[in-house]
Amino acid sequence: MKTSLFLGSVAAAALTAGAGMADTLADVKARGELNCGVNTGLVGFAAPDANGNWTGFDVDLCQAVAAAVLGDPAKVRYVPTTGQTRFTALSSGEVDMLARNSTWTFSRDTDLALDFVGVNYYDGQGFMVRSDLGVTSAKELDGATICIQTGTTTELNLADYFRANNMSYQPVNIDSNAEGEQQYMAGACDAYTTDASGLAATRAAFADPENHIILPEIISKEPLGPAVRHGDSNWGDIVRWTLYALIAAEEYGVTSANIEELSSSSQNPEVQRLLGTTDDLGAMIGLDKEWAKRAIMASGNYGEIFAANIGEQTPIGLTRGLNAQWTQGGLMYAMPFR
Amino acid sequence: MTDVRAPQNASFRPSMLIYDRRYRSLTFQVIVFVLVMALAWWLVNNTIQNLAAMGKTFNFGFLWQRAGYDIPQTPIPYTSDDTHFRAAVVGLLNTLIVSVLGCIAATVLGIVAGVARLSKNWLIARLMTVYVEAFRNMPLLLWILIVFAIFTEVMPPPNAFRGDDPSASMILFDHVALTNRYTAIPTLAMTNDPGSLDLGARITFNWATLAFAAVLIGGWLARRAINRWAQDVQDRTGVRPTTWWMSLAVMTVPSLLLIWYFGLHLVAPELRGFNFTGGLNVQNGLVALWLALTLYTGAFIAEIVRAGILAVSRGQSEAAFALGLRPRRTMSLVILPQALRVIIPPLISQYLNLTKNSSLAIAVGYMDIRGTLGGTTLNQTGRELEAILLMMGVYLTLSLIISAGMNVFNARVKLKER
Amino acid sequence: MSDTHAQTVPFVRETMLPPADPPLREAGAVRWLRENLFSGPANTVLTILGFLIIWFLVSHFWDWIAHSVWNADSLADCRRIIAETWGEGARGACWAVIRERWNQYVFGFYPVELYWRPTMAFGLLFVALTPVLFSASVMIRRIVLVLTTVLTLWAMTVLGAPAVWLAFAAVVLVGALAVSERRVSWLLVFSILYPLMGVWFLWGGSAWGPVMVLMGPVLGWIAWRLLSGLSPMAAAVAALVVPVLWWLLYAGTAARDAEALVSLAIPAVASDRFGGFLLSITIGVAGIAMSLPLGIVLALARRSDMFLVKSLAVIFIEFIRGVPLIALLFVASLLLNYFLPPGTTFDIILRVIIMVTLFAAAYMAEVIRGGLAALPKGQYEAADALGLDYWKAQRLIVLPQALKISIPGIVSTFIGMFKDTTLVTFVGLYDPLKSMSDAVRASTSWKGIYWEPYIFVGAIFFLICFGMSRYSMYLERRLARDHR
Repeated sequence: MKTSLFLGSVAAAALTAGAGMADTLADVKARGELNCGVNTGLVGFAAPDANGNWTGFDVDLCQAVAAAVLGDPAKVRYVPTTGQTRFTALSSGEVDMLARNSTWTFSRDTDLALDFVGVNYYDGQGFMVRSDLGVTSAKELDGATICIQTGTTTELNLADYFRANNMSYQPVNIDSNAEGEQQYMAGACDAYTTDASGLAATRAAFADPENHIILPEIISKEPLGPAVRHGDSNWGDIVRWTLYALIAAEEYGVTSANIEELSSSSQNPEVQRLLGTTDDLGAMIGLDKEWAKRAIMASGNYGEIFAANIGEQTPIGLTRGLNAQWTQGGLMYAMPFR
Repeated sequence: MTDVRAPQNASFRPSMLIYDRRYRSLTFQVIVFVLVMALAWWLVNNTIQNLAAMGKTFNFGFLWQRAGYDIPQTPIPYTSDDTHFRAAVVGLLNTLIVSVLGCIAATVLGIVAGVARLSKNWLIARLMTVYVEAFRNMPLLLWILIVFAIFTEVMPPPNAFRGDDPSASMILFDHVALTNRYTAIPTLAMTNDPGSLDLGARITFNWATLAFAAVLIGGWLARRAINRWAQDVQDRTGVRPTTWWMSLAVMTVPSLLLIWYFGLHLVAPELRGFNFTGGLNVQNGLVALWLALTLYTGAFIAEIVRAGILAVSRGQSEAAFALGLRPRRTMSLVILPQALRVIIPPLISQYLNLTKNSSLAIAVGYMDIRGTLGGTTLNQTGRELEAILLMMGVYLTLSLIISAGMNVFNARVKLKER
Repeated sequence: MSDTHAQTVPFVRETMLPPADPPLREAGAVRWLRENLFSGPANTVLTILGFLIIWFLVSHFWDWIAHSVWNADSLADCRRIIAETWGEGARGACWAVIRERWNQYVFGFYPVELYWRPTMAFGLLFVALTPVLFSASVMIRRIVLVLTTVLTLWAMTVLGAPAVWLAFAAVVLVGALAVSERRVSWLLVFSILYPLMGVWFLWGGSAWGPVMVLMGPVLGWIAWRLLSGLSPMAAAVAALVVPVLWWLLYAGTAARDAEALVSLAIPAVASDRFGGFLLSITIGVAGIAMSLPLGIVLALARRSDMFLVKSLAVIFIEFIRGVPLIALLFVASLLLNYFLPPGTTFDIILRVIIMVTLFAAAYMAEVIRGGLAALPKGQYEAADALGLDYWKAQRLIVLPQALKISIPGIVSTFIGMFKDTTLVTFVGLYDPLKSMSDAVRASTSWKGIYWEPYIFVGAIFFLICFGMSRYSMYLERRLARDHR
């Protein structure tokens, strides 16, 4: 009896959750909620607090997209994904977009049938060591034991780097960032390697950050960005241009504080187009006029999001570096809104 | 033969498919068959459609691509330039290593704990009860994490062994170093190396290993022959000749000779650079996983052993004593064979569980087949369907082999009823 | 007479001597020690070894446990308090993390204002279990139900449950108590309805969903009644097909329409909000409730005379038992989407529950098969001789005995399954052991705390699993019918 009843609810669940994959925008609107794949817990990028409220750099992107599409940044369901489940979750339709510090690579973009729509953080792989180890360069790490997260591109980069420099190493494979910290702090590995941003975040959280140094070598390019399913270009456009809207807003000086004022008073034609005061760009991607305005209002422009989650004022303490606006010598360059 | 039911057969009604016992099971089986086939067709069809929609294909070609990642502990030579297939084989070997080591240690521990739980010594019996209950009632993952944490948090880093006044020192005459990364143990080296047998695919087998194996098997056979001869003499004369020194000699002398001939000696690990080198560094992941699996499975085996011993009725040992058998012979000829019949089947299924539980290696970073094929390879290539099916196939094969072994054994010890 | 006696015998003791005290070494604690600890050289050595082990453990961990801190905001705070109270360099346990993150460990990320809902579901679970587990003794039933009532209502009040729901819980609990005093088997109706109710309490949403699911069997019954006059075969087929068709085709729309008409919705809680022990217990209870019937069916199928049914059961059982649970969980999280129609996704917790159920059912089937095999052949023959058909024989004669024999195995399968719920961490769910502890450690205030969360979670698991194994022993004793 119990079994049959339960199977019934399974059938019902399968039914109600069933959704076509072809038109993600329509699905999201019908559902009234954006399913956003995030990290299971990386402070600064995406992590739940004690009450399950998600915050972080990637989370703010999800919120911006939700605000643009649904008009409410709170209408996001965060689906924690591991390094292993993230791409399957996306391709199977479990999530609508992936905002989970994933590196944009050739094979992922082609063979895994994902579409990376842009880069929200330019990262690179680095090493962190204890300062009393007396190492100043990654080239001196021959024979060292190195902690590394499995299933990431960093694992491949590490192997390539040591091969190219004709050095040997002992990998210690770990499953999550939390475990990596534990191993490194206990001295179970000489060096910890992951994205430089992650290293900075980890180091910042230590009780004694001054005793740890991040080596100058950056051994790989790690452009991290949001990804969507292959084959739904319209949805890809929405996520891509939401990201660009955030970046462009910073370039034009539009912040969450002055956006209301600028949308009515700004004479800058670019700002007017972005905020939907003059042209109706939103209609071209199936949204209304003020989509970008709402996206920016959700958590601010790119610079504000950066500063609030991972910037120098936060415990993570990352500098803008490559992620500064192109006008400031960085790589953040929004395509023109026209 | 006059069949009274013949007229009924003539007038077949559809309702007989349900109400007639002769047809009912057939009807039922046909329905089940159709349903199962429909389900299988549905699943396969869905998979094909989904693969097409995602633009993926179902093929195992990825196994021959370059793996590109390194594995900490490799029983056979492996570099990041090797294929995913070789990485999977390395993972499989790692699974087998921890499983076999775990099964051996858990059996020993389980027998000791099981017997000790029946001990008349109050303290020992209570201690063992606490051990068994604690391990049986808490998740294995917890024990793996705790044992691993003990290793990483309590053991000193290799650095602590450095300097004139090191804070940590090696044990067993400076031959073994317990660190928070690995246990550095000595390796064997030979001054007179006979060279290796090349099995292809960069797998080599040292001739000395083969020689030792041959000598040990030969010694064992010789010992059996000696025992047979002694039994023969006893049957004829009633006096059993003293054979222990002969057995000892055939078991050890050839090996000692080989050790002398090859110049076999231990090479102790040495701290050089960041780590110990020269010896063999057994990863803590392996040690912790092995220990946790041993302790956990040992608790279950202890219960099995206890039940097995209790299952042999008291009358059996009393009867054996009445026949004039000594306690040792009673144990080996009467109690043990009967207890083993009860013990072995659940024991084998514990071995099976241990092998499957070794897949929790992921929690300690030990690269077993789930870590290589079902972990990094799956991740880097995005071939989850193929990788997971293959991995399940491997585990299934392993457990079918173990089950087959169990069936053979069961058939041999089965009570022969006449 | 007595005089004669006194004269003929030189000495007669008229009263019994009081018994002498046994020698010191044969009495009291000394004797106990001698018999149980120092009965021989080997035993003495073992005893000393045992004491050494205990001494080793106590000396290493005593100060750590003795220096427990229950009130602190962060690990640093904890360490400061320990240093202040017990001096610099003292070690100590920081249980404050459990105190501060208690809710997170118990409820995961469930909305705080709705904590009372899982609490109520958990309390009512005991009502549903009462007729199943405690049907024998009025006394035990009374104790369980009164305790449940008091604790549930207290916890719900503390957690701020609305008055309506408090009243509802009170009515159900007190009603159950009253019913259990008269006829405990009537409570089975509640047990059967409970799964749907529990699902509704936990996940929320419209009550019409569960109601419409329940409509399936009801419609099946109606169809059976209508058709049974015409053709029994058609009736049987209809009774099976109608509910399935209803669920697959109309239940969803009917629930939506009914909801639009009369709203019966409570706030919905998505699966990703589940975590901690709430998740473990949800998966565990659902798995236990479903794996037993499935296991019985599989065991019967494996012993069936029908070749096809038997081989399918063998293949299924051996396949499931041959692969690690973790691989099956990966199938649930990674591969299930391949096997379902394009575009279909369904809840990850549901997927995990299905996999855990299948896994436990395969083991359960083997345990029950053992029980069936252990039953004397005479029982089967007696059933046949009485002219019982297959299902009646199974229901009335075979299964009650076989299940009784297999109780220890069944319960240890349950325990194993409940322990295995921690493995869901590997598919990204927040189990209490690893994921939740990692999440706690991810916050800057509790970074670097290892032992306390593990010990806490381990202790809770121990309590639940140990309780289950003790209950199985009680059940075994109660059901023992052999007279000794």
